[in-house]
Amino acid sequence: MTSELDIFVGNTTLIDEDVYRLWLDGYSVTDAVALRVRSGILEQTGATAAVLQSDTMDHYRTFHMLERLLHAPPKLLHQLIFQIPPSRQALLIERYYAFDEAFVWEVLGKKLSKGTKKDLDDISTKTGITLKSCRRQFDNFKRVFKVVEEMRGSLVDNIQQHFLLSDRLARDYAAIVFFANNRFETGKKKLQYLSFGDFAFCAELMIQNGTLGAVDSQMDDMDMDLDKEFLQDMKELKVLAADKDLLDLHKSLVCTALLGKLGVFSEMEANFKNLSRGLVNVAAKLTHNKDVRDLFVDLVEKFVEPCRSDHWPLSDVRFFLNQYSASVHSLDGFRHQALWDRYMGTLRGCLLRLYHD
Amino acid sequence: MPGKLKVKIVAGRHLPVMDRASDLTDAFVEVKFGNTTFKTDVYLKSLNPQWNSEWFKFEVDDEDLQDEPLQITVLDHDTYSANDAIGKVYIDIDPLLYSEAATVISGWFPIYDTIHGIRGEINVVVKVDLFNDLNRFRQSSCGVKFFCTTSIPKCYRAVIIHGFVEELVVNEDPEYQWIDRIRTPRASNEARQRLISLMSGELQRKIGLKVLEMRGNAVVGYLQCFDLEGESGLVVRAIGTACTLDKLSSPAAFLPACNSPSKEMKEIPFNEDPNPNTHSSGPSTPLKNQTYSFSPSKSYSRQSSSSDTDLSLTPKTGMGSGSAGKEGGPFKALLRQQTQSALEQREFPFFTLTAFPPGFLVHVGGVVSARSVKLLDRIHNPDEPETRDAWWAEIRQEIKSHAKALGCHAVVGYSESTSICEEVCILSASGTAAVLNPRFLQDGTVEGCLEQRLEENLSTRCGFCHIPYDELNMPFPAHLTYCYNCRKQKVPDVLFTTIDLPTDATVIGKGCLIQARLCRLKKKAQAEANATAISNLLPFMEYEVHTQLMNKLKLKGMNALFGLRIQITVGENMLMGLASATGVYLAALPTPGGIQIAGKTPNDGSYEQHISHMQKKINDTIAKNKELYEINPPEISEEIIGSPIPEPRQRSRLLRSQSESSDEVTELDLSHGKKDAFVLEIDDTDAMEDVHSLLTDVPPPSGFYSCNTEIMPGINNWTSEIQMFTSVRVIRLSSLNLTNQALNKNFNDLCENLLKSLYFKLRSMIPCCLCHVNFTVSLPEDELIQVTVTAVAITFDKNQALQTTKTSVEKSLQRASTDNEELLQFPLELCSDSLPSHPFPPVKEHLESASSNSGIPAAQRAVTVEKASPVGDGNFRNRSAPPCANSTVGVVKMTPLSFIPGAKITKYLGIINMFFIRETTSLREEGGVSGFLHAFIAEVFAMVRAHVAALGGNAVVSYIMKQCVFMENPNKNQAQCLINVSGDAVVFVRESDLEVVSSQQPTTNCQSSCTEGEVTT
Repeated sequence: MTSELDIFVGNTTLIDEDVYRLWLDGYSVTDAVALRVRSGILEQTGATAAVLQSDTMDHYRTFHMLERLLHAPPKLLHQLIFQIPPSRQALLIERYYAFDEAFVWEVLGKKLSKGTKKDLDDISTKTGITLKSCRRQFDNFKRVFKVVEEMRGSLVDNIQQHFLLSDRLARDYAAIVFFANNRFETGKKKLQYLSFGDFAFCAELMIQNGTLGAVDSQMDDMDMDLDKEFLQDMKELKVLAADKDLLDLHKSLVCTALLGKLGVFSEMEANFKNLSRGLVNVAAKLTHNKDVRDLFVDLVEKFVEPCRSDHWPLSDVRFFLNQYSASVHSLDGFRHQALWDRYMGTLRGCLLRLYHD
Repeated sequence: MPGKLKVKIVAGRHLPVMDRASDLTDAFVEVKFGNTTFKTDVYLKSLNPQWNSEWFKFEVDDEDLQDEPLQITVLDHDTYSANDAIGKVYIDIDPLLYSEAATVISGWFPIYDTIHGIRGEINVVVKVDLFNDLNRFRQSSCGVKFFCTTSIPKCYRAVIIHGFVEELVVNEDPEYQWIDRIRTPRASNEARQRLISLMSGELQRKIGLKVLEMRGNAVVGYLQCFDLEGESGLVVRAIGTACTLDKLSSPAAFLPACNSPSKEMKEIPFNEDPNPNTHSSGPSTPLKNQTYSFSPSKSYSRQSSSSDTDLSLTPKTGMGSGSAGKEGGPFKALLRQQTQSALEQREFPFFTLTAFPPGFLVHVGGVVSARSVKLLDRIHNPDEPETRDAWWAEIRQEIKSHAKALGCHAVVGYSESTSICEEVCILSASGTAAVLNPRFLQDGTVEGCLEQRLEENLSTRCGFCHIPYDELNMPFPAHLTYCYNCRKQKVPDVLFTTIDLPTDATVIGKGCLIQARLCRLKKKAQAEANATAISNLLPFMEYEVHTQLMNKLKLKGMNALFGLRIQITVGENMLMGLASATGVYLAALPTPGGIQIAGKTPNDGSYEQHISHMQKKINDTIAKNKELYEINPPEISEEIIGSPIPEPRQRSRLLRSQSESSDEVTELDLSHGKKDAFVLEIDDTDAMEDVHSLLTDVPPPSGFYSCNTEIMPGINNWTSEIQMFTSVRVIRLSSLNLTNQALNKNFNDLCENLLKSLYFKLRSMIPCCLCHVNFTVSLPEDELIQVTVTAVAITFDKNQALQTTKTSVEKSLQRASTDNEELLQFPLELCSDSLPSHPFPPVKEHLESASSNSGIPAAQRAVTVEKASPVGDGNFRNRSAPPCANSTVGVVKMTPLSFIPGAKITKYLGIINMFFIRETTSLREEGGVSGFLHAFIAEVFAMVRAHVAALGGNAVVSYIMKQCVFMENPNKNQAQCLINVSGDAVVFVRESDLEVVSSQQPTTNCQSSCTEGEVTT
């Protein structure tokens, strides 16, 4: 006796969250059944392995049919074939677009092209995530990227509107799209200690302050690209490092203000010029695409690592950065206050987030 | 020219890409009705076209309005080559033809293609302007309402139940026409879909005419079926029960004035027919006779006096006193005469209803069934319905005579079915012989006072169990005892019926699904030889099915079966029998005896030991089942009963017959001769197998119950979560081990595994009950067995269930008073003591829980209200409102039941009767047979829901998948499936929403009536 055909169709589509997770994780039906058996479900329910097999197949088939709709989530809401309660629809979408931290690490800042797709095999081996799941995650990134690429308006809003994701997930996708578009280097060994959350945080700050949409909401342009004009203007900040008088004055202002308030005062005093030069140079170099890509590497190299080697506590870093950025207002010879504030506003936030072990 | 049909094509969405170059589509729409076609403009380059067309107007006869479907075709415009069809939508406009149903059809319909499935959606608005037509000679029957529901629909009251209507139409099957060889599969499928749609319309119209002639205004329990006879044709046939229904206005309109039944009776003549449109012409117009000439059974006009003479077993009414009690006697006799005269006017006193207004059903005799084997290639004139009409008439005649033999005048819960394999066709009919109260059958001519006295007498809860036949002249050997409830009348020890459990029946414990499954191998043969072989096998199959049912019933410790449905399926090389029913313990019937096992070789010691071991196992199972289903009947000492009760015995109540083409009727005694105790003799391995198979049926996991009736006896606290589903399984038998035994085992495993899978899948709904579990078996090929199951899972409240068990007997004795029911005008409320379905739930719930000392009414109510929301639409309303309210899809519930728990049906919008064909030539690409059928069934559900939503409804009740014919050819990568579904589109309102409304009504009224109800219980 062999089963030729075995289906179950409910008027309300049954969604088993556990099976959905297994499916999303890219397990084959056989593996999924084995994993379910191991979860002890047979003992709980008194079912047989055959029942489990049939149930898993059914769910997989349903998910397979739903996948087409999940590629354009608004379709899932409007379609008539599957009657799914809204809360379940939201769950299906949210889980489908969720991604693994380990995976996103590997592709963050990379071009979402076919070439990278070939690397998925390697990523799968490296991370232990099944190739199928890697594909889904990669395709999700690419799909979102493609849809919002040419769109005007807020990046997060666009993603939310077209993919019906939760606020949190939409922000993450905004970061991924932003990184992919600007091709920030994240793969260097130096950056290994950072989490996706750190990058996403920085991306959000940069979208808020460093893109075209940020300065002029009237312009209503895209959030994806950094403001070229702003990057160009930042060359002007170079004087802060190049002009020795200005640098000395800046240092004395900061040191006076922080005297007695900083645990690592002497280290700060000794390193001030190096640190300041580093930060100013990062800003001034951003006109070149390559330097934009290396932004995070530079920040870690020029600021995070020196401070860390001197064991600055985070609170001291905060004090320092606040004072460092505020003191510039007292530099009489410096005319680009607004520019400086825009730059340091973003940078301070990023550095504080990046500064950890 | 009495009607104007208006159609407007608004927009399309999610269309498929038809032009690969642009990834877009240039779509336009053809709207066709009859022979008239209109076209919209081409909407260039869009997958979401906005046609916003003018109103296309069709001026048509109402006859055409009834027969023809509206056909909407979406096409892709192509300048250089032929336009490509994207897909079609067929809209049945029948619901627009009766005044009380839908007024407009408007909504998104899936665009369906028989090869590609659903391809986008189209928004259509349809309206009908009907002109009042005073032409007395018309052929149409607009205005007659149709219901699939096999009880009086919830917002109606039955004034008169007229009786049986049937009709049958035949046509050539397009699939077998010569042209099919040259046309595409798509064209062939569409021709078939369209033809069946036309035939259904015609059939419905003809049945409507019969109803009008009987002066009815509705058909209830309408069951339409297709017989794909192959070469000899395509038959569409339907049966139903003609009624005069009265629409109930809102419950508030019924003031205490109509408290007494007699008053209500007097009102009948005045509001008999609220709709002037439905008035039929006089009974003897020549044209009408002409329409009738298609059918041999002129149900109404034919005089009955002749038809009964040949039946020797007609009960003598004069002897009624023998079986009736002292007081009941004269009334019973009177009643019998009345009923008889009322029913004798009909050729077939059959009713397709399975649940009845209170007091309608007086006695139940037992199941009657008839089968007949026919050869389709012997039909002389295959294109005409005469032969098939004669076949069915013959079978119905048999059923009628069986009912007579049981002392009954009527057959209720009547249904007909066929099974076809090549040129052999088995016709089956079955029902429950019954004695009915004439009150509902006549035009209110019965004297009021007599009526009331009868009412008092008959409204005892055990009345229907009392034997209708004469004790001294029993049609078969049976064992009778005095009724365990009233102690006055005789009852049988076991009762089998095809109807639902009457609302007022007293049941102890819970019920359960009982199935008998059987396979018999048969030699492949041709024509006559084949028919004879099948005819010879049938009696054995019936006998065995019946024995299995009886054994399983006893094993469950129960004494009655409801909703019995025996399906015999014929295949090339085997016959399959599947009987499903719901077993219960009726308090009025005696406790069933156990099962004794006897060996044939008593000298063998080890054998003896084995036997006793088996016996112990059986006894343990019975004890366990009694506990599981909470069967603890109150102990009754024998003195009280008054008559010595001998050893409990079982007797068959199933009278059946079968005949082959030669019309020879064989009577089969299924009652195990004169044996006293129910003994299973184990004389060979076969018998051993049987006993084993008895014990292998696994009870459902805890928290699960199942039944094939509308509701589960013993559970009455349904919450509102429902899940209707269809599950299909096909197994391939390995041809090596084809013995009867192996076959039986395979089939048994198939059914058991299927049930196990269902329990597993629906485990999140626990505690829940699978209701209306409907198994269908077919044998699509030599070694394939296909089982299709449709059912609904309904959750219930565990806390209340526990409470019920505590006071199980007490509670089950409780029931809403008759007065209360009459007042509220819900004569067919199927669970009169089920709280959610009661029109005034909060008050009643409060009272009831207070009366049963639960002490936590408020908390309980909170639970019920909360439970109502997670079903989806609760959330839905809250969520969908803000961003895209206009675009989200409304929830449409589907259920095979006639009601929706926790809700009240406020309007019936018309019947849904849809037929779809799906074919593929890329089976593998679509996920194999499972993927193909899974997608197709999901699409069918979607199309049903879309039609209901377009009618303005939010649910389908009495939903049934009547046919699911699946054929595959994996070698050619092809498969085809035909599905036929039907149901009633309705609007329902959640009772929690209703509370707001009802609180504005004079609550004192209902409160007093409820209190009254408490007093009388």
